Amino acid sequence: MSLASPLTAPPALLRRRRKGMIFRAACMGATATGVVALVVLLADIAVDGVGWLSLTFLTDPPSRIPARAGIGPALAGTLWLMALTAIVTFPLGVAAAVWLEEYAPRGWLHTIVQTNIGNLAGVPSIVYGILGLAVFVRWMAPATGGRSVISGALTISLLVLPVLIIAAQEAIRAVPSSIREASYGLGATRWQTVRHHVLPNALPGIMTGTILALSRAIGETAPLIMIGALTFIAFVPEGPRDAFTVLPIQIYNWTSRPQDEFRHLAAATILVLLALLLTMNAVAIWLRNRYRREW
Amino acid sequence: MISKATPALQVEPAPALPRRPLAGSGGRNLRERTIGAVLFAAGAVSILTTLGIVAVLVWESLGFFRRVPIGEFLTDTRWTPLFEPQHFGILPLVAGSVLVALLASVIAIPLGLGSAIYLSEYASVPLRGTLKPVLEILAGIPTVVYGYFALTFVTPILQPLVPGLGVFNALSAGIVVGIMILPLIASLSEDAMAAVPRSLRQGAYALGATKFEVATRVVTPAALSGIVASFILAVSRAIGETMAVVLAAGMTPNLTFDPRESVQTLTAYIVQVSLGDTPFGSIEYQSIFAVGLILFTVTLAMNVFGLWFLKRYREVYA
Repeated sequence: MSLASPLTAPPALLRRRRKGMIFRAACMGATATGVVALVVLLADIAVDGVGWLSLTFLTDPPSRIPARAGIGPALAGTLWLMALTAIVTFPLGVAAAVWLEEYAPRGWLHTIVQTNIGNLAGVPSIVYGILGLAVFVRWMAPATGGRSVISGALTISLLVLPVLIIAAQEAIRAVPSSIREASYGLGATRWQTVRHHVLPNALPGIMTGTILALSRAIGETAPLIMIGALTFIAFVPEGPRDAFTVLPIQIYNWTSRPQDEFRHLAAATILVLLALLLTMNAVAIWLRNRYRREW
Repeated sequence: MISKATPALQVEPAPALPRRPLAGSGGRNLRERTIGAVLFAAGAVSILTTLGIVAVLVWESLGFFRRVPIGEFLTDTRWTPLFEPQHFGILPLVAGSVLVALLASVIAIPLGLGSAIYLSEYASVPLRGTLKPVLEILAGIPTVVYGYFALTFVTPILQPLVPGLGVFNALSAGIVVGIMILPLIASLSEDAMAAVPRSLRQGAYALGATKFEVATRVVTPAALSGIVASFILAVSRAIGETMAVVLAAGMTPNLTFDPRESVQTLTAYIVQVSLGDTPFGSIEYQSIFAVGLILFTVTLAMNVFGLWFLKRYREVYA
């Protein structure tokens, strides 16, 4: 370093170094912009909404009078939607991942299914809404009850299924093959190996992936507007065939009104939604660290 | 990881298993095969989803194109489906989507690439470990929240700075969509840069290059296909983005490239029709499928192209 110390360095090298310092600062600034944007966004919402949070806000129905409005039905709808989505996606997603990792012979069929899942993950969510509208709301109306919470859950299930499958595949792949070999060596069948050895060992990873997929599900708005969840709902859904609304739609509904009071209600609802998301992510991270195994 | 270290012992699927049933294992084999079929059925759901999307979009669009000639749909410059006289020219919606995606790219590409270079080349390991998850939080925030942010924070701040800026405008929609896709670019580009072998960097340093020169003339070109793929995937995400754009840019089909004006994107139109009580089978109802078909085709093409690009770079350094 002594040869190239700033005092003896030729001017050309000094210029190159100055350029480097400016560039470094610019890259640092770019990174900082993202972080600052996140902080400003959260602070703005907290300032707007925190004063409107209360216990009755969580349970009351929406109202035309801002002071009396609550998110009871939307919160219940979100919990309903999450529960139904979990029931649909978990077995389907894990089964698909097991098929891809443990059963399917590597060949054209495997490639097609795998590529297809990758591409489905990039399809805009509103396109799933169009699919849900045509299939679950219209064609299957006698079974789903039309614009119902089960139609919403099935639509969202298709949307998050690729996310869950990819996460479950990674968890299954992380189980070392020596475990499978030991099981086969003792005479177990393929299914016995999967059922008793691969899945139990992959379960924490699969659970983490499921929670992350569900945390995407509870933020989705557009597909649910498509299937008609944006009706004024003043009651809590009592069955899967009931009409419903969810937190993001309540946020959209209040944000799109010009009065300031409703904007504050929207901000308060965002805080509830973000708290839910944060809790889910914390559980996912805890699961991952608690059950992490080094093979 | 282990499986890579012991390739000889790795259990290959199907062919490795005995195909002939062992004595007295008929029931066991039948059960095995049934389970295999059930698992395949679950995998087939994803294929059915894709087929379902294509079938629904094409079928309802055919009904639409029986009423509106496809030439008029692609070339007419007016989009007025909800009032008389009806015009179904998709250009204003396409212009809206392109404008928002362009503005988002102007924000997200330099910032995302800068972040990727900083994370990959400059940041210490612990700092990178903190910054990456923080940026990923940005990607996990529901898009309706970005819509709220654009409408109640970004637009009011911009209004005194940009004369003529409406309450609903493409500019703030583009800015928040840009913030939303920034982590995608940063994360994918950083992955590509991390895959560049250290020997390339060391070679450049040995020739007397400064850190800046290594970053911009060695690492960035070497990771270029991954970086370009991240741009493509991010722009595709921006085109498919819905709620932030609905709230911030408004619902005015507008053939303009003036970012101060309100525009309607492809996605926003689909939402607008869904908000109203449109009867099944009406031309308005069918029009969302035609618009959806365009949206699906464009984003799918970009994703396929982007993923192909990504795979290409993986083949080079893996």
